[in-house]
Amino acid sequence: MSDLIRSSASLRQRLTLVLIGGAGVLALVLYFGVRLYATQIAQQGQDDILRASVTAILDTAVIRDDRLEIDFPYAALSMLNTPSDDRVFYAIRQDGTLVSGYSELPQPLGTLAPAASWSVPYQGADLRLTTAARSLIAGDSDTTITVTVAQTQDALSVTLAQISRNVAFFGAGFFVLAVLLSFWATASTIGPLNRLAQSVTRRGPQDLSPVAKPVPAEMVPLVASLNTLMGRLDQSLTRSEDFIAEAAHRVRTPLATVRSHAETTLQRVDDEENRSALRAMIRAIDESSRAAGQLLDHAMTTFRADHLDRQNTNLSELVQDLISGLEPVAEMKDISFRLRTEKDVTVSADPILVQNAIRNLIDNALKYSPAESDIVVSVAQEDMAVVRICDAGPGFPKDHMAGLVDRFARGENAKGITGSGLGLTIAHDVALAHNGTLELSNAKGGGACVTFSL
Amino acid sequence: MRYVFALILSVLATSLCAQERAWEDRALFGAADTPRMLHVLSSTDIALFAPIAESFVADTPGIAIEYYVAGTADIDRIMRKSPDRFDMAISSAMDLQFKLANDGYALALDGFDHPDWAEWRQSVFAFTSEPAAIVLNRAAFAGAQMPQTRQALIRRLRDTPEQFRGKVGTYDVRQSGLGYLFATQDARTSETFWRLMEVMGNLDAQLYCCSSDMIEDVAAGRLFVAYNVLGSYAEARKDLSDAIEIVLPADFRTVMMRTALVSSEAPDPALARSFMEHLLTQQSGGTSAALALPLLDLQKPGSEQSTIQLEPALLTYLDRLKTERFIKEWEDAIIQ
Amino acid sequence: MKFLLVEDNMELADAILQRLKFDGHVIDHASKMEDAVAFSQVNEYDLILLDIMLPDGDGRDFLEKHRAARNDTPVIVLTARSQVSDRISMLDLGADDYVTKPFDHAELEARCRAVLRRRAGSAQTVTRLGDVTFDPLAGVLTVAGQAVKLRNRELRLLELFINAPGQLFSKQKLVDRLFSYDDDVSDNAVEVYVGRLRKHLEPSSLRIRTSRGLGYSLENE
Repeated sequence: MSDLIRSSASLRQRLTLVLIGGAGVLALVLYFGVRLYATQIAQQGQDDILRASVTAILDTAVIRDDRLEIDFPYAALSMLNTPSDDRVFYAIRQDGTLVSGYSELPQPLGTLAPAASWSVPYQGADLRLTTAARSLIAGDSDTTITVTVAQTQDALSVTLAQISRNVAFFGAGFFVLAVLLSFWATASTIGPLNRLAQSVTRRGPQDLSPVAKPVPAEMVPLVASLNTLMGRLDQSLTRSEDFIAEAAHRVRTPLATVRSHAETTLQRVDDEENRSALRAMIRAIDESSRAAGQLLDHAMTTFRADHLDRQNTNLSELVQDLISGLEPVAEMKDISFRLRTEKDVTVSADPILVQNAIRNLIDNALKYSPAESDIVVSVAQEDMAVVRICDAGPGFPKDHMAGLVDRFARGENAKGITGSGLGLTIAHDVALAHNGTLELSNAKGGGACVTFSL
Repeated sequence: MRYVFALILSVLATSLCAQERAWEDRALFGAADTPRMLHVLSSTDIALFAPIAESFVADTPGIAIEYYVAGTADIDRIMRKSPDRFDMAISSAMDLQFKLANDGYALALDGFDHPDWAEWRQSVFAFTSEPAAIVLNRAAFAGAQMPQTRQALIRRLRDTPEQFRGKVGTYDVRQSGLGYLFATQDARTSETFWRLMEVMGNLDAQLYCCSSDMIEDVAAGRLFVAYNVLGSYAEARKDLSDAIEIVLPADFRTVMMRTALVSSEAPDPALARSFMEHLLTQQSGGTSAALALPLLDLQKPGSEQSTIQLEPALLTYLDRLKTERFIKEWEDAIIQ
Repeated sequence: MKFLLVEDNMELADAILQRLKFDGHVIDHASKMEDAVAFSQVNEYDLILLDIMLPDGDGRDFLEKHRAARNDTPVIVLTARSQVSDRISMLDLGADDYVTKPFDHAELEARCRAVLRRRAGSAQTVTRLGDVTFDPLAGVLTVAGQAVKLRNRELRLLELFINAPGQLFSKQKLVDRLFSYDDDVSDNAVEVYVGRLRKHLEPSSLRIRTSRGLGYSLENE
């Protein structure tokens, strides 16, 4: 059945992937976000120190005797000391003209805010610069002093690398944790679904009762539909089973009356012609009744074959019970059953179906056996569990052995013996449903053998 | 000088390119025809450097060291102008060395296990700890207590100015990079420096280019007091130890670290590197009593001892405006 | 033997009654549940033949009550339902056996005999005639102290004769009783069994007489 269902991506996989994917995206966002933030903070720290340095230099600028004097403190540059020994550059300009420091140090582009920081590549390294300007009065005119202090970013890079590594560890840890959590979340979400599936799968074929266990709210509509479906199925199955049984019953009861009449009449009638007619009538009744029974059996076999109610079935006991039930019938023809059974041959099978099959096979054997003969029934555990039934009848017609199991096929030798031939078909269907076989053969000394293997 | 090949100035005059003749002295350690030659430009006297150079040459076959001595300012100038001329620059002017590295003239050498405070950017490596000392003429101070602090020295000079007139000397900071470094660090540390300079200026102070000259003159009695002399040089002159007294001022000490760097365009950086390794190992190992140079004091510099730090602030007094201003103040103080 | 037949179909019931009476049994007939309960409470039966579909109830309810009352009279269910599940539920409810309608009277007799044989301890019914003892349940004929186990058809033939000594049975009648309608046998087929029975009875005082053209009868000499 399940191979007929087209399956799209597994819910579990989908859920797990979405959760893991989400966790991955979150981890990446976290990583880049924190790193960006850390970069900003670290850069801010460097800029603050650079600005402090610039301010310390700029504050000492004075015009004395029309000359610029900048007696900046030792600390102005000392504060730029870093663990990575970053290189330091500075430039002091008066109205754009270099007064002292590094002439090649880039100048800010355009007019900048009171203190501005920016980065430029310089001698193969990233240089962070901070510039501030200050106006001084020199005599009658204004003069603008611009101080730029620059520093390489080695310490910053080291700090950032460290932060990146920590954040990466943190992100990876977060991701791993999230993956574990997502497995757990998936399992606990899918769990009820699996449990529902299992509880439905574990049911016997006859169990069409509604699912009573509580299910998560999201599954209620599904389970409700399932319950409704099972209810309807149960109803219609019960109805159709009942219908067949009822039909058989309805047919048989009047048949029984007619048969009794015929039999009683037969005992009173002496005329051979009338007696033959009555006999034929009784035979026809018997055949109808048997056909009804076999049709019912066959319908039941077909129905149950799709939903095998497998149980541990003791084949030896099952055959033993069947035979003792049929013994009175056998006795009427002075037929004896010779049962050779290994003790406790057990198979996993639907016992009702197996009974049906074997009863039909023994029934056939009884029909075809001559009076005062033996029917040998053996039960053995070979490669498979095997039930073999051999009679002393005429055997199967050699040419049509394969076709015998076809529905309604009847052996040529069966002429005159009541029976629809469905018995072999039923047994064959049951064997197939259990991945077993039904083999027909003729015994050496005559007689038919049927081997039913599960 | 054991097997040192030494110094023949007349030959060198022609051999060393005519472009500059800034060097003052030259020595060759090892054979002249060796395939690999390390060119070192240094402010350290040959005598003091010889043991290190000789042990390296002895340990490493097939190499020689060509060793030039120049003033610290000249070293800075030469290294900037032709960085491919020398493999290595060794100087007592920490500020100039620092600036060379800061400006990209030094090669970074990673993998040295050198204290963090004794190196900068793995480019400038300190290998000595040398305090500035006051060298006194024993005879001049006979019978009196030797001044142990700058204050005591000032008092002594003020008490008997006539005795010391023309008999005090110090670096001419306009000529000597080391002198300038000592002076600026002193000035940064204490106002006492300026008072001392004024007192010395009043006493018609003599100005020198080099520590060794000052030591010679103190020993010879031409000077009674030499201020900010390299203690290591004075210690090295055992022959003069009877005539001179070396005082490490008790109020505060300015300690200089001699530094070495490999030129960014060194002709043989591998050789320079192995020599640097040798130099640092010898100088921080503390195993070589035979070495003439003072060792690097591996104790992390504490507050009581003001070892000049290898840090960006060294650029401060190299600033043109700051230099101008400092020199002017200094001149005002010492040149009357 | 005393039987109770519970069957609402009068035609069928008549046929069964006729047949069983002919075989020498005493039979009460109930056509309703109510009657069946009443009969079974008053009388003691050797066997109950029970139809399931009754106008005033389900035969299975009767069966259940019957067993609940610790009444151990064997019950054979007459049913039109043939499915395995029906049979199983019937046996589970305490039926000793079942016969599916329409049935061959011979099969009903055989099943009755089998059930009674299982309960033989409680109801020993041995027929004596002359110097012969016959136990129809066990199928054992004792002649001159010598016990012979009869085959089924011999047994049924003897049972027929011994229940009506001296009565003349036509060959046709004997064929009807001995053979199923499936078997297309001639009247002469019965001669084999008569022959065998004669052989068994030879040491006794009983004789099977042939009335040419009319049939056979059992005579005690």
